[in-house]
This record gives sequence, C-alpha cells and structure tokens, in this order.
Amino acid sequence: MANFDWTLPRARRGALAVWRRNVLVWRRLLGPAILMNFGEPLIYLLGFGLGLGVFVGQVADLPYLAFLASGIVASSAMTTATFEGMYSVFTRMVPQRTYEAILATPLEIDDILAGEMLWCATKGLMSGVAILLVGAGLGVVGGMSALWAIPVVFLIGLTFGGMAMIMTALADNYDFFSYYFVLLVTPMMMLCGVFFPIDGLPGWLQDVVQILPLTHAVALVRPLVVGAPVDAAGLHLSVLIGYASTSYYLAVVLVRRRLVV
Amino acid sequence: MRDVQPVQDAVINNGVGTMNDRPIVRGLGLRKTFAERVAVDGIDLDIPRGRCFGLLGPNGAGKTTTLRMLLGLTPFDAGTLTVFDLPMPERAREVRARVGIVPQADTLDPDFSVAENLRVYASYFGLSRRQVEPRIDGLLDFANLGERRDARIDTLSGGMKRRLTIARALVNDPELVVLDEPTTGLDPQARHVIWSRLSELRDASKTLVLTTHYMEEAERLCDELIVVDHGRILDRGSPRALIKRHVEPEVIEVRGGADAVIAWPEIQAARTERMGSSLYCYTREPAPLLNRLQAATGIVFLHRPAGLEDVFLRLTGRELRD
Repeated sequence: MANFDWTLPRARRGALAVWRRNVLVWRRLLGPAILMNFGEPLIYLLGFGLGLGVFVGQVADLPYLAFLASGIVASSAMTTATFEGMYSVFTRMVPQRTYEAILATPLEIDDILAGEMLWCATKGLMSGVAILLVGAGLGVVGGMSALWAIPVVFLIGLTFGGMAMIMTALADNYDFFSYYFVLLVTPMMMLCGVFFPIDGLPGWLQDVVQILPLTHAVALVRPLVVGAPVDAAGLHLSVLIGYASTSYYLAVVLVRRRLVV
Repeated sequence: MRDVQPVQDAVINNGVGTMNDRPIVRGLGLRKTFAERVAVDGIDLDIPRGRCFGLLGPNGAGKTTTLRMLLGLTPFDAGTLTVFDLPMPERAREVRARVGIVPQADTLDPDFSVAENLRVYASYFGLSRRQVEPRIDGLLDFANLGERRDARIDTLSGGMKRRLTIARALVNDPELVVLDEPTTGLDPQARHVIWSRLSELRDASKTLVLTTHYMEEAERLCDELIVVDHGRILDRGSPRALIKRHVEPEVIEVRGGADAVIAWPEIQAARTERMGSSLYCYTREPAPLLNRLQAATGIVFLHRPAGLEDVFLRLTGRELRD
C-alpha cells in the first residue's frame, strides 16, 4: 500500500529516555496513582470475593476469592496498560505535540513507541503487583511461585499497551476509544476467565475466547499466583509475545504514516 | 527568474573560507506531492555554512515541507539531499543530533517546568546529566528566563515560550539551527528580543535556516534568501541584491483617489501597480511626481525606499492566500 513505510522497526536506547520522561511525570502524581492501584482492587476483591464468594464457594477447585484475585492481577494489568496506551499516548501524540518535539531529536517513532510500550507495561506491572500484594494480605497467594507472575504481568502490559497504541494511531479523538472498550476490552474482561472459568461457556464461544490474549494471560497468571502447575505455558507465552510484537509493528507503521508525512 | 547569482553575494558576505567550506545543505530537484497537491516542485538548495539563510514565501508555498525534508521528517518523492554531507533521509538520526529545531507550533512539554524542559529534551539526545547541567544556566540566561526556571509552561507568555523553545533547540550545541516562522504570533517587543537572540547565534557562527513571511525579519536577519511560491524557487540572493534586481529603488504610494491621478504624465512615467483605490508607483526619478503631489490638495501619499516586501509582492503576486 502506498504511503505506508513497512520497514521493520528498530528501537534503540533512546526509547529509555521516553520511558524515563513518563516516569518523571508520574512521580509527581504518586498519591492518586497509589490510591488507584491499591484502593480500587481492594474494594473489588473484598466486595466480590468475600461478598459473592459466600454464595459461590469453590470455583475450579479454588476459593472464589483466590480465583478472582488471580484473575484480576491479569485483567488490571490489561486495563491499566490499555488506558495508558490510548488516552495518555493520544494526549502526548496529538494535543500536547510531545512526539513532534521528540522527533526533532535523533529519536524516531520506533523509539518513541517502544518507550511508550515499556511505560504501559510498567504501569500495568504496578497495578498487577498492587493486587498481588493485596491478595497476599488476604491469604490467597500460594507461595513463592507468585513471583514468576511478575514478569508475566509485565508481558501482559506490553501486549495490551501495544494493542491500545494501534487504536491510538487510528484515533481522531478520545471518543474513538469507546469502540475498543465496548467491542474488545469489556468482552475480554467478562469472557476470558477472570470472573468465572471459560469451560462454563458454550462450545463455540470457548473457541472464540482462545484467540483473545486475555485468556492466555489469565491461564498463565492464575496458577502462578495460587501455586498450581501451569499448563501449556509455551503456547500462552507465544500468544502474548505474538500479540505484543505484531501490535508494536503495526502501531509503528500507522504512526509513521500519521507523523512522518 | 531562476538565474541564481550566489557568487557575488558569497564574496560580499563571507570573504573568508569560501573555498574549503562546503555547503551545509545541498539539495537537488526536491519534490513532494501530497494526495493531489504538489507542495515542493523541484527545489535546489545550497545553504552555506555560518550564515543565516531564509526561505521566504506566502502561506502554503512549501516552506515548512522543505524544512521537514532537511530533518528527515518528510520523505521526498524525487531529488537528492545531503546535510553535513550525509545522505538524507537515510542518515536522519545523525543529522538531527547535530541540528537544533524550533518548530512553528508550541511543542514544549506542559508536564515539566522551564528548566526540566531543557533537561528532558537533552535526554532525548542521549546527553548525560553531567553534560547538560552546566549548560542549563547559560541557556536560561540566553532566553531571559533565569528567574522563571521553576515556572510551569502554561504560566509563560507567548514570547517566553518561543525563547524557551529556541534555548531548547540549543541544548545539543547544534551546528545548524532550523527555525520555522520563529516570530509568528508574537508582539513587536517579543519579536525584537527574538531577533537580537538570533543575531547573537549568527555572530557565534551557527548556521541558521529560517522560514518567514515577515519581510522585516528577512531583511534584518538573512544574509541570503530564496523566495518560494507554489513549491518553486522564484529567485535567490541577499535582500539587497533582490531589491536591486526586481524593483526600482523608490516607491510612492498614493492612498485612495487613484482615479484622480492615474492620467498624470508623472504617474505614467513610473511603473505602477493598483491595489483597490491605492496606487503604487515604482520609480528611479521620484522628484517630478513628488512635486506635483505636494502641489495638489487632498491626496494622501507616502514616499519610501523600496523593500523586500515590494520584491515579494512583485514575485508572488498580490492575490490573497489562505
């Protein structure tokens, strides 16, 4: 297609400068950020886990609170990285013209988006770890294997940050993001095994959710958090890595078309 | 119109070192088309080192697109371009490491203070804190912003923001500074401060490339300029040489009541251009016309030396550009 530069992206060290810029901004908004990271999941977990748990009892051989907490570790990394990759990246790209300023330096779009994606993953990691800590406090973490969930949560952040940036590259305004939330994020939240096991879904829908990345994120994180063996880890990791790298590539190509004209 | 005469100007403006100083920018036959509009239509560039080079043209003439090509931010459809003898756009990263850019729009980072803006921007060049920190005070002084180093960006005036943007463009100690309409939208006081800062940079033997549609700016700052319209170069030279080449040295503007004077032989003797009810008379011998105008009653007129604006209007026409 004309006007698309499909050259493979090559991110360099400059990506870290973009990441560091975001860390510096975030540092001064630490108070509200921590409240969001810890306060909200705590309320969810206590409300659903304890309240609903009484009626639900065991789910997939786990106490409902443990089932839910381990699922929310994955889903909150998704939503946090998604928000960052859409609203914040759009703000920096369009109204704030931050990328225009950065493109006047040796950095290229490849570096900018790599830095942004790392930052999305960093924020996803912070919210995932916050829930992990809350969960540990509530006694649902099954042992040291939960530490392995941390790099996985980072990867989940990369995956959903990258996917969100594709939407950002295509967006004319913030309203556009509603489509993505309603058509993809909320359905994944409901169907990919965060609140209930996917084997309760109709057969065809079970096939559909297998192509959604959150399914694989939950399938990795849950056993790691509760201390159970992980099935098909290679498959789940490959799906997440595949989504992450493909969406980075597509986002770079789309933003190139938008900014380098 | 494209008879380029840079030789004579080069000798006048830069008597030393013209033999071994290779041009900092060389472009040949640059072309860029957007959708169905030709933005740049075969531009040749040859920008000498250590001088201020201007791109003068009406809105939509192709000035910004040409600048973006120099920086590797706009891929061109045809032509060749080197900056610092490096081929573009392949070596754009290396080129931008040695260039300072002042964009037309405000791109300061609103999430940071004045001094932090310089620091964070320096980090994009891979400069370490140790390299940057000693430079920050000097840059803030240069921008007259020493007192405002911890101020938030949204508390700065338009002139302060532009000064900070220029200081930011110097953070990597560039050899070449590219400015896209550096004083557009500023009040006269702020504009004069910017001009004096840009003169300082030129005196410090930085190469400046700027676009503008302010004739006064071009006349004051530029050693050499090209007049661009519809993506083509109409002419090139020093402001003085362009004026000499294209217009008579003196202008008498008859404001209003053009009909009353149009038939005068003194008017007929001059080259005239009509704009609404005003008449512009370009001449080498203003005395007879001035005598007659002074004798007549009720005619408002202005006598002035010809300037770059007259050249500009002559070359690009008087119709409105939006």
